[in-house]
Amino acid sequence: MLIKRRDFLKTGSLATASMFMPKFLKAVEGRNMLAPKGKVLVMLQMNGGNDGLNTVIPVRNDIYYKERKRIAVPRETSLSLGTEAGLHPVLSALKNAYDDGEMAVLNSVGYPNPDRSHFRSMDIWQSASAASEYWQTGWIGRFLDAQCAGRPSAALEIDDTLSLALKGTQSKGLALKDPKRLYESAHNQYFVDYSAAHTDQHEEAPVAYLYKTMAETLSSADYLFEQSRRKPASGNYPATGLGKQMKTIASLILADTDTSVYYVSLGSFDTHINQEAQQKRLFTEMNEALAAFIKEMKANGKWNDVLLATFSEFGRRVSQNASGGTDHGTANNMILLGGSLREKGLINPMPDLTDLDAGDLKYNIDFRQVYATLLERWLDADAEKILGRKFDMLGFV
Amino acid sequence: MEKKMQKLKHLLWRTGFGPRTQSWDKWMALPENAWWPKMKDDSVVKPEYFDIADSAVKGLLMGIGEIGRMERRDLDQAEKKQIREQSRDDLRNLNLLWLEEMTRTQAQLREKIALFWHGHFASRNINILYQQQLLHVIRENALGNFRDLLRGVSKSAAMIAFLNNQQNKKQHPNENFAREVMELFTMGRGHYTENDIKEAARAFTGWSFKLNGDFVFRSFDHDKDEKTVLGKSGKFDGDDIIDILLEKRNTARFIARKMYKFLVNDTIIPEERITWLGDRFYDSGYQILRLLDDIVRSDWFFATENMGSRIKSPVEYWIGIRRVLPMELEEPEVQLKLQRALDQILFYPPNVAGWPGGKAWIDSSSLMLRLRIPQLIVDRGDLDVQTKDDDDQQMGMKNKNQKGVLTANVDWKPVLKQFAGVSANDLAQRVADYLWQTETRVPVQVLEKYTARDDKDSSIKSVMIRLMATPEYQLC
Repeated sequence: MLIKRRDFLKTGSLATASMFMPKFLKAVEGRNMLAPKGKVLVMLQMNGGNDGLNTVIPVRNDIYYKERKRIAVPRETSLSLGTEAGLHPVLSALKNAYDDGEMAVLNSVGYPNPDRSHFRSMDIWQSASAASEYWQTGWIGRFLDAQCAGRPSAALEIDDTLSLALKGTQSKGLALKDPKRLYESAHNQYFVDYSAAHTDQHEEAPVAYLYKTMAETLSSADYLFEQSRRKPASGNYPATGLGKQMKTIASLILADTDTSVYYVSLGSFDTHINQEAQQKRLFTEMNEALAAFIKEMKANGKWNDVLLATFSEFGRRVSQNASGGTDHGTANNMILLGGSLREKGLINPMPDLTDLDAGDLKYNIDFRQVYATLLERWLDADAEKILGRKFDMLGFV
Repeated sequence: MEKKMQKLKHLLWRTGFGPRTQSWDKWMALPENAWWPKMKDDSVVKPEYFDIADSAVKGLLMGIGEIGRMERRDLDQAEKKQIREQSRDDLRNLNLLWLEEMTRTQAQLREKIALFWHGHFASRNINILYQQQLLHVIRENALGNFRDLLRGVSKSAAMIAFLNNQQNKKQHPNENFAREVMELFTMGRGHYTENDIKEAARAFTGWSFKLNGDFVFRSFDHDKDEKTVLGKSGKFDGDDIIDILLEKRNTARFIARKMYKFLVNDTIIPEERITWLGDRFYDSGYQILRLLDDIVRSDWFFATENMGSRIKSPVEYWIGIRRVLPMELEEPEVQLKLQRALDQILFYPPNVAGWPGGKAWIDSSSLMLRLRIPQLIVDRGDLDVQTKDDDDQQMGMKNKNQKGVLTANVDWKPVLKQFAGVSANDLAQRVADYLWQTETRVPVQVLEKYTARDDKDSSIKSVMIRLMATPEYQLC
């Protein structure tokens, strides 16, 4: 196990002592308490199936270099994560976080009977169902159902549309590109009056859904806009899609908004052809955005309250294809970033390339174990209730 | 609401893009049993080929194809760049041209069903020539035979390129094409195994296209050995696989289910209806018009639970507005931004599965924009929307001159004429009856507060705009 231990006191010097209080208190609190104010989860979804083997590279593995003659990342150019692994060369922000003991890698995350279709596998990841099941709600949506009633801004997707992940039965997350846009579009007296006049209880479902969305939007718009203006993010965010999105997230975190989960996505990582250029471009966008975000969180003493997790619907085949790319695979790694990780570096071994399933990686951590851990130990929720069954917890928080 | 009126709107909305104000009275004057035959008659004429591609692009792509020996010559970097950039501009024009057609054509049924297939056979390809070829295959066969449509789409350059079948070679099979053909175009999940996909992928090896977009079978790349797909064995090629897929009743039921969700109801889906529709579709030899006939002539098509139950897609919503409120757009490009902001850009589906539809269209920000748009039209206002800056999703759509101002010149005459004889007291309800498909009561007091009182015409205009800026108007 390649866990890089870090000096606990070093982080302490970056934050005030009170920053740690909720965490220590949390241990003795009951499970039904609300999440302590300020605990934030950021989910970064990598659309299209990111190639995990070219993200966290098995730099000592001959099979990797043999199977990927054209697209393997050489050990010399990768950013070292100890002796066995290296990061893709452009991911310097993750490397810095690793050096600071604030980054962890979960290898071989997946689920039984993996599906290689994009949207089905994404559906499975977002709903947290088994491959044999079809669920209409998302795992964050059910978290909202379970304990965020009356808090319509508890989960925000920084995007134009809302993903299944944030759709619950009673409650849904709120999709917004940025708080100002939401405010300006909602701030209209006619909409307020019209929405208020709607008292008819016997509506067919589609209209009721539209009215509910309207009412929640109006009530959240003012709140989020006011919050976002209190302490605007000032870091050096790149003018990219993800850069702007991370800036929005940062400004809402700095203002102590009542949001527990932020959801953001980047893509497409569907690199069947000419993988190198496409992955590099996306990683550059990701790296610059995360560098600015981490820096700002640290500078404002928030980093210990933030946990960012990356995931993708699947990894890719171990062997490259004939087009300088890789085809759809199965298990993949997840990267965790945050100031209060309990396990750091490579949490579990790098994937075993000698033990494949028809050319694909076998999983050894179910992604729902990761969700269960995030729900139970970070968001103080009842994971079993939300995920529909019990999963073994992991130790990263 | 008068039942006949609601039924007519239902038919016009589901098998077209909603009522066109100028022709509303003519439709209402027809007996009910003449409506559907007229819808079909209006779509009999063959569609015009939308030939948008710039001549320089065509010269590069088609010229090379015509000089046989140079067919496989690679374009150089400068030529590729030229094609890419010109294609972006041309694709916008193809998009806008199709919107015009949807708005103005009498062949509403054809264009509406073509939009259905455009989502079903979702393909992203930034080559204008290939996209306009695929669109024509879809529009030409929209009401024809599903076998011809499936074969035409599967052999189009746009689809072969999008699903990487040029990379599907004997030595290195690429399963993308075979998987999507089974999962999304024909049978749907659950009716085949991973092994069926691997074997079918081998059969599709060698399917490729020339630079000019023509299909070509590259025998050298084709795996000529025996394959076993869905229990059948033989030295199959791609055409054989398509035949095998069409032999499965599940294919007909899969299409019938999707069509039912598109035309009837996307949440309440009685299985016995799907089986009935699918089996009759299968027995008809996959005649699409027969499937549509079965749906529209059924006793449940006009059932109360199906009327006003569907959330309009952004394209349906927008074209519906243009038909009900005739207008000239000084800068039609604004419609590109509109599509992006509402999350449905023609030729840029989110993925190969097409647009998810239903409640997925409505989130906080898209709903608020939909509610603002009617007022923006009369104010000639700016959409003021920051659309997503994502190279993958927008591909060619991101560009400097993307207009955000709705500079529309509304022709109010037909609308004013429609409500000229209505008393002030009845106006809100009468306009609602025309615009809405739900039975919701109009909140009269709120409407009065926001209705212009200067004269009759301004009252009608403001009531129209206000009642379009409502949750009810999102449904059809």
